[in-house]
Amino acid sequence: MMGNVGYGNKSCGGASQARPASCHLQATTPRLFLLAMLALSLTAAAAVATTPAANERVAAQLPPLRWGADAEGGAPYIFNDPERPDELIGFEVDIVRALEKELGRRIEHKQYDFKKLLEGLERGDIDFAMNGLEVTPDRQKRVRFSRPYYVFKLQLVVREEDSDLRSLRDCVARRARVGTLENTAASRLLEQLHLPVQLYDSQVTPFEDLAVGRLDAVLLDVPIVLYHARNKPGIKPIEPPISGRGYYAMAFLKHDEELARQFDAALEKLIERGELRRIYEKWGLWNSSQEELYPPNRFGLELEQESAPPAPLVGWSFGNYFPLLIRAAWITVELTVLSMLVAVVVGLVVAVCRLYAPQPLRWLALGYVEFFRGVPVLLLLYFLYFGLPAIGQVLHWDVALRWSPFVTAVIGLGLNYAAYEAEIYRAAITAIPQSQWEAAASLGLTRRQTFRYIILPQAVRIILPPSTTDFIALFKDTSLAGTITVVELSKQYQILSTSGADYTALVEIGLATASLYLLMAIPLGYLSRWLEARWHGGQLAEGHP
Amino acid sequence: MFTIEVRGLVKRFGERTVLDNLDLTVHQGETLAILGPSGSGKSTLLRCLNALTPFDAGQVRVGEIVLHPGKTPHEVAWQIRRQLGMVFQDFALFPHLRAVDNVAIGPRLVLGWPRTQARELARKLLHRVGLEHRAEAFPAQLSGGEKQRVAIARALAIGPKGLLCDEITSALDPELKWEVLEVLADLKREGLTLVVVTHEVGFARRVADRVCIFAEGRILEEGTPAEVLDNPKTPRARKFLARVLS
Repeated sequence: MMGNVGYGNKSCGGASQARPASCHLQATTPRLFLLAMLALSLTAAAAVATTPAANERVAAQLPPLRWGADAEGGAPYIFNDPERPDELIGFEVDIVRALEKELGRRIEHKQYDFKKLLEGLERGDIDFAMNGLEVTPDRQKRVRFSRPYYVFKLQLVVREEDSDLRSLRDCVARRARVGTLENTAASRLLEQLHLPVQLYDSQVTPFEDLAVGRLDAVLLDVPIVLYHARNKPGIKPIEPPISGRGYYAMAFLKHDEELARQFDAALEKLIERGELRRIYEKWGLWNSSQEELYPPNRFGLELEQESAPPAPLVGWSFGNYFPLLIRAAWITVELTVLSMLVAVVVGLVVAVCRLYAPQPLRWLALGYVEFFRGVPVLLLLYFLYFGLPAIGQVLHWDVALRWSPFVTAVIGLGLNYAAYEAEIYRAAITAIPQSQWEAAASLGLTRRQTFRYIILPQAVRIILPPSTTDFIALFKDTSLAGTITVVELSKQYQILSTSGADYTALVEIGLATASLYLLMAIPLGYLSRWLEARWHGGQLAEGHP
Repeated sequence: MFTIEVRGLVKRFGERTVLDNLDLTVHQGETLAILGPSGSGKSTLLRCLNALTPFDAGQVRVGEIVLHPGKTPHEVAWQIRRQLGMVFQDFALFPHLRAVDNVAIGPRLVLGWPRTQARELARKLLHRVGLEHRAEAFPAQLSGGEKQRVAIARALAIGPKGLLCDEITSALDPELKWEVLEVLADLKREGLTLVVVTHEVGFARRVADRVCIFAEGRILEEGTPAEVLDNPKTPRARKFLARVLS
């Protein structure tokens, strides 16, 4: 039954993406580093466009065409050469070079966020997009696709020792946790099967998570599997790939029909001359499915046929996106409350150690504060999520520190905010006059009792206003959890906004998301002010009855 | 017999000697008033008696409990504080607790009484200092005299045999001082041992059994109020009293 799932054309509403570009070149790489890589890849753009000598004259007359693609972590499609990081390589780079010769026109790479490729096309930032874009009916309504240049299949990857997981059928039977990229043929297929899906926006990280056991399986396009999973220890792709297929094609504006035709013709020549095949063989991507690309198979026609009747384009209506936002908002609330709980408990312990503990512990507490205040939360989340399991694997720890994304986010945010809380608490506790300690001591209270019943309750009143501010800040910082696959409110918005909604719907969803944030944040502010007024007005204010 | 005995007490703050080989005895039920210029070591003596401040030499005995120089073990400090309550110049009430809970917290935490029983005792003690009607007020809502009376009730709540009063009327307006001093006079009548550091010569004369005048960490004069206040022997004491009484 699983055998005939034609995922390529059965996409549900919203534009779909065969291969969302990742923000991560490598799982554990911090984002700052990646930004540097991005800058590099931008400067590298020129390197792609080598002008063929034969066409120099023509090239001089026409401005170069702008090719939009995301080079970040984009192997084997387009990525920075690990040996010469300022040069871009990949099978799509090779195809573009061949097309350049065929068309007699220079083509420049323009770095573009994968999820925004179609928007970039519509804005006029690029002339065409080619980046493992999967042909889907709803995308076909938006852009003019070239003839396909690659036929892709989906492949399942599992852990080697997991011998009873060998097919999607097994996954369904076992309710296995399957990871994939968001908004892809694979993700839609998994959703149709009602499997618990974990969505990533990097193509490296699902395999890492599979290796350490956070996932039971990964389902992705064959090229990605070929490149990222083949030689990774501990995991193995299941052969053969799942039957059913999808097509990668270049996207043009609908009214750029003339340009699209030129590309179609050029591609056809590359196919006929076997040049495309040579490129795929070079990258190890050639397989029998690609035969389909060859004439007389008239591709566009057949696609039309297969996708008929085209699924009606499901626009996002309030009724179908709002429940998703509400669910995500609840995750945000849970994240905030649990992280704050961690922050308060750890913060208090650290503050007490800072004040009263014997010397080595006191230094340790100071070190904690300095460390966690100084390290960006994002980096901390990456480290806890990707770094810890990796270290644990290398050192053969017995305790598996492979927390789920949600738990990782709670711990990461909690530990970070604990540093700020600790400093607030310390300041507040020191602000309580010494005479309070002495009065309590003269009654016979122990230091512990004094702290618990006399000092802390008074300190709480000082702590509350700055702590509420932190709570609201934390509430917004939970959006960082999206980077480690927790679908909280911001992440949900991102997912919805890249799902091919039209602009009015985008604005509407954006407003709804912002309203949900405000709806939750504003009462918090009021609660804080109310508590402040209550305590300072009633108990601490000077004044006689 | 509950006696407070101080023998050869020495307390230094760095180079400065605050208590200089001091000897003093307070008998059960006695009220001792300590007068003297500021910085003469009066408050420090009280703090040494209650183990709030460690001393450098000598010995303090409170009933059966003996304090030695250096840090006092918690158990000993706890025992001595059950015997001797303390009232401070700046009240030091717990601002987050109502008057009744300020008084009840000692029995609850130190004696381990249940909450209702502790509050019941607290109300009785507040009644004793004339503040039953203010039981539910927070310290910030009380006048200075009321605050100090709550502080006295709080010190009494763990059932001490003596009370150390450290300039407890100095922060009060003149008309409020007497409501506090009246409470002390009542406590004396009930048989409590009182050590009162004060500038109120009138109170010392009327209530105290014995009066000490301190100067530079030593006892300058000691005797009945009549002896010390009306016929001081030393010129230093005369000069001090003249200044206080003017």
